[in-house]
Amino acid sequence: MSFDEKSPAGFALAKVEDFVGWAHSASLWPVTMGLACCAIEMMAFGTPRFDGSRFGMEVFRASPRQADLMIVSGRVSHKMAPVVRTVYDQMADPKWVISMGVCASSGGMFNNYAIVQGVDHVLPVDIYLPGCPPRPEMLIHAILELQKHVIKGQAFGPHRKEIARKAEEAALNATPTHEMKGLLA
Amino acid sequence: MSDETTPMPHERGGTDKQPASSDVAKPARGGQGIGEVKGVHAASLIPEPKNAVEALVAPVAGFGVTMATLFKPVVTEQYPREKAPVEPRYHGRHQLNRYPDGLEKCIGCELCAWACPADAIYVEGASNTPEAQYSPGERYGRVYQINYLRCIFCGLCIEACPTRALTMTNEFELADQTREKLIFTKDDLLAPLREGMLAAPHPMAEGTTDGSYYQGEVTGPTADEVEWVRRNRPDEPSLESATAAAKRGSARSEGSAGAAS
Repeated sequence: MSFDEKSPAGFALAKVEDFVGWAHSASLWPVTMGLACCAIEMMAFGTPRFDGSRFGMEVFRASPRQADLMIVSGRVSHKMAPVVRTVYDQMADPKWVISMGVCASSGGMFNNYAIVQGVDHVLPVDIYLPGCPPRPEMLIHAILELQKHVIKGQAFGPHRKEIARKAEEAALNATPTHEMKGLLA
Repeated sequence: MSDETTPMPHERGGTDKQPASSDVAKPARGGQGIGEVKGVHAASLIPEPKNAVEALVAPVAGFGVTMATLFKPVVTEQYPREKAPVEPRYHGRHQLNRYPDGLEKCIGCELCAWACPADAIYVEGASNTPEAQYSPGERYGRVYQINYLRCIFCGLCIEACPTRALTMTNEFELADQTREKLIFTKDDLLAPLREGMLAAPHPMAEGTTDGSYYQGEVTGPTADEVEWVRRNRPDEPSLESATAAAKRGSARSEGSAGAAS
């Protein structure tokens, strides 16, 4: 954006950020992508009984270009991982990821050579959701948790640079996913 | 198209208007439009309005379903505002139970970890000592972790548990932001102390074995247990309610003893 390169950090910018965060959180559009059985529960989330439109997200966008949210619903095989990453890359910023179910989050019970042991090896995940599969209410809960995170707002201008610098520093200090041991592996 | 890869535009237009008999006349060409069935015309599938009223209503007739739904009961669950109803035996988050006097039921046998198909449970047992008795008998679970990003809530651990220490609750709101937060430790899983329970560690009720605990013969903390905790941990918060429970328990046992004699 052009205006956010020069605009000063102050009260007005903070208000703009708050407004944008509120707007984002109230209309997270998920991308139409289902990988396995969790996708059935994700589809149930769109039905009248659970009604995703109560949270402004009844439209599962068929094009990743129009989506803000990726719900990784199901196990990610090594063959599927580059495809999932491509869909993620095609989504426009800002974008968020929910790792739905244990298989997407850590490999779950499929601790074998075929399944990626957690989609966070290939994507930055915002919310991890346990369950096998999680019931739609659990997905709603995860979405509400994500909204709490999104409503904090999108950083612009000097704030964005500051946050990017901090995020980079934290990422450099963090343990890489492939080096995690014990139950985290 | 039956045999041609690219249809000729004028032929498609032609067959649309021609009757079915023309198809029979030139069977080699086939010549139907994409998605069309031989001898059926798309226009003939739409019913003609029978009278003037039907013709008037026809454009909005599709809203009939919408209108009828307005008068049907609402099926939507108001989940975040109203708690979603789950079955009583729903497989939710685990809980490590306690005996009525506050000792833990878990004996650190690791059978749950062995039963787990997803290797989500990690247990380390340790020996009870007279100074720190956490569970009746010899052993207790010193480290107890469940990784909720592996757990598939199948309940095989519950079936494996020999002391009914591990059960499942109806709680399902577990989503969180990091993988570390979703490894629940013993602090998170241990059942909260109910009214009258005395926090472990403390010795077993006098004159009992782990068997009598298992058979439900211990119904609350005894005066000796309370006294032990008061001597060793004077600022234990559960002391107050446990003292009252111990008094009630001793009064009841004296009463029953009197009735028996």
